[in-house]
Amino acid sequence: MNMDVRPSFLLDGEEIPFEPGQTVIQAALTAGHYIPHLCYHPEFVPHGSCKLCTVKANGRPAAACTLPAQAGLEVESETEELNDLRRTLVQMLFAEGNHFCPACEKSGNCVLQALGYDLGVMTAGFRHFFLDRPVDASHPDILLDFNRCVLCKLCVRASEEVDGKGVFSLAGRGISRRLIVSAESGRLADTDIAVTDKAVEVCPVGVIIRKHIGFQTPIGRRRYDVRPISAQALEDAPRKPEARHG
Amino acid sequence: MMRHQDLHPSVDEVVALHGGDATRLVQILRDLQEGQGWLAPPVVTELARKLGLSRARVEGVAAFYSFLHLEPVGQYRVLFSDNITDRMQGSEALLAYLSEKLWVEKGKVSEDGLLSIDTTSCTGLCDQGPGLLVNGWAIPRIDQERLDQIAQLILARQPIAQWPDELFRIEDNIRRQDTLLGHGLQPGEAIRAAIARAESNQGDRPVSERSWREGIPAATPGPAATLEEIKRSNLRGRGGAGFGTGLKWEACRNAPGETHYVVCNADEGEPGTFKDRVLLTRHADLVFEGMTVCAYILGGGRTTTHGFLYLRGEYRYLLEPLNECLARRRRDGLLGADICGRTGFDFDIEIHVGAGAYVCGEESALIESLEGKRGIPRNRPPYPVTHGYLGQPTVVNNVETFCAAALVAKEGGDWYRAQGTAKSAGTKLLSVSGDCERPGIYEYPFGVTVRQVLEDCGARHTQAVQVSGPSGTLIDASEFDRRIAFEDLPTAGAFMVFDETRDMFDVVRNFVHFFAHESCGFCTPCRVGTAMMRNVVDKIHAGRGAQHDVEEICRLQKVMHLAAHCGLGHTACNPMRDVMQRFRPAIQRRLKSLDFEPAFDLDGALAVARQMTGRDDAKAHL
Repeated sequence: MNMDVRPSFLLDGEEIPFEPGQTVIQAALTAGHYIPHLCYHPEFVPHGSCKLCTVKANGRPAAACTLPAQAGLEVESETEELNDLRRTLVQMLFAEGNHFCPACEKSGNCVLQALGYDLGVMTAGFRHFFLDRPVDASHPDILLDFNRCVLCKLCVRASEEVDGKGVFSLAGRGISRRLIVSAESGRLADTDIAVTDKAVEVCPVGVIIRKHIGFQTPIGRRRYDVRPISAQALEDAPRKPEARHG
Repeated sequence: MMRHQDLHPSVDEVVALHGGDATRLVQILRDLQEGQGWLAPPVVTELARKLGLSRARVEGVAAFYSFLHLEPVGQYRVLFSDNITDRMQGSEALLAYLSEKLWVEKGKVSEDGLLSIDTTSCTGLCDQGPGLLVNGWAIPRIDQERLDQIAQLILARQPIAQWPDELFRIEDNIRRQDTLLGHGLQPGEAIRAAIARAESNQGDRPVSERSWREGIPAATPGPAATLEEIKRSNLRGRGGAGFGTGLKWEACRNAPGETHYVVCNADEGEPGTFKDRVLLTRHADLVFEGMTVCAYILGGGRTTTHGFLYLRGEYRYLLEPLNECLARRRRDGLLGADICGRTGFDFDIEIHVGAGAYVCGEESALIESLEGKRGIPRNRPPYPVTHGYLGQPTVVNNVETFCAAALVAKEGGDWYRAQGTAKSAGTKLLSVSGDCERPGIYEYPFGVTVRQVLEDCGARHTQAVQVSGPSGTLIDASEFDRRIAFEDLPTAGAFMVFDETRDMFDVVRNFVHFFAHESCGFCTPCRVGTAMMRNVVDKIHAGRGAQHDVEEICRLQKVMHLAAHCGLGHTACNPMRDVMQRFRPAIQRRLKSLDFEPAFDLDGALAVARQMTGRDDAKAHL
């Protein structure tokens, strides 16, 4: 394809080419530009719920993960206002759940924690809810710690779309929205989940934890210990070879 | 009146009744519960298996709606409407009275499983409140006498079907009518007018300027002729947003699809709004007529069309009368196959009943609910006009919009737009409630001043008016010359009046609780933001507020306004914003003068220990 005629939009003043059908975040990541995100995952249809990727397109706020890329669109992302919004959203998520990073097996591999570091969240900012969310340790190989759930729905999507099982779903409304499993007993052990399921692997935070392998990689040498999420996300993005190391 | 509840259909029977169609899940869950009282775990498991859905999916849907129960509930479930107007009419004391009388705590089921008492969001009976629901059936004008009667019926375990009809009698309270409420249309008249217009190829205007200029003979205008009238009328959506009805219908008509859907949004959940209740009671024919005209325009013999009316659960009592109206229209050839004798003009309407979720008034959430899912607003684009119900082109309009469209189809666009103002054509129904002598329905041409409405409804010493409900605008006395119109004070219809004796902080606190209860929880800003807002406002209410809390409110407002997923999250900040702008002293006088005051109350935390030990002496306090 002739590069000159590829449609493009502007992201913080830089031209971002895109394929028709891509959303703003997909095109940006492919082109080597990071927009902070949490519920978006390159392998799944964008969900648009965490709102971390909120940008301003032609002056109007929109989630970059669900906003269709359009030729001539002027998108702002790296602004003080938007990063302030993202810091506040991270604080709100920390306040909603019960997150104790030092004792969490996911520490260093956790997207929420990594976003906090990368965006420079220095304080709690809000009073915590201290919601009562019991742990489900019924399954021999998998632990469910609902305290850390950010309701991104990735496990629900993975279990339905990849594993073909429907082990998880979201229930409730408002602040009572919660993750549930597909069993009359409400226990993970009574579902048909397998430790090899995509749903187990995809959790960005510390809700779905594989047992027996805890702390195999020591803290300090984990995914986001090595490089900040803004760099790691670009490394993980499906990109054309010429755009790498750009 | 029919209030049958003695049937106990099995899962098999209910699933069969709905043709095993998983898109009807919300209706299936409603029907199962109406027979069985609640949705027991084995019922959910069996239902999921029968419908081929994961169990978690079915449970997730059931747990989304306030009126669906996954825990055992009382044989009688009493829900007091908890809008601010109900509170102003004494609902809180009345709830306490019934709780004490029947010895059951709010939010709990009585020991014998006989009953439970709780609150629910506005039931749309503000003009004759306080209102309540017993097992989903609406009862207005609650007072001690009526509660005594209800308590007796409950204790006698009298089936609801045998309760006196008088208890359930709901008034229309139409106080002022204009061209809509005063229409003299007979059923079928608007449809026949649309058909006649389509067939007259001798219209005054050529189909388009181009065909006229280039000498192309004007073709039979077809159903588009009435679309032109709708566009000429400048009719705008009455649900509050005010999108051009003609434009919406045209976009949907032009969108390719196998079936075009016409959906009437009768999920009138905005606190303080009850005009659709009256339209559906008094003018159901006009509503269905407008929907049929819309189907005629969308389909026009090219594609099939189908209609839904999404009725809010609180208006369950209207289901049978509305179905009777639909049946009569089918008999009269106004619905079904070959409507009005026109071969190929096929259209029918079915009613879906909601289950207690305000967010389903948002059009894409409503469509999700129609498809048997949780009512979560969709990501847009694409919009419902091109990808709505089951991905097909769909028009969603408010009850009042369809009524107005039927009038336009009969009387023409010029007639309609001669009423109201230049930017807001036609008339508007207002649901007036609160501190006034004559609450009820008032129909005015757009452009009426707030002062005029206040005068007509007999409001005195008015301090404030909440226009268009909690998601609308709260105005003070200096603004009573403002006009009800899209260009000044747009409204979906609510008009709640507060006199000088009311504490505006109490008003706004009620609204903040409403939004926290009704947030669907999909996006972070609204899910967490509305709950944080509720906690801050409660902290101030408890006398532990400080300047820091006001700052936190501003911070939350900014986040929700910038990043919330849908209109609910965007407008959830409006009440606090308006009170801080216009009634600042109502907040300031509650603040402690400190910059910061912790929410935690050390002495209060010992209350449980005091209760357990039966002590209340000085040494048991800090």
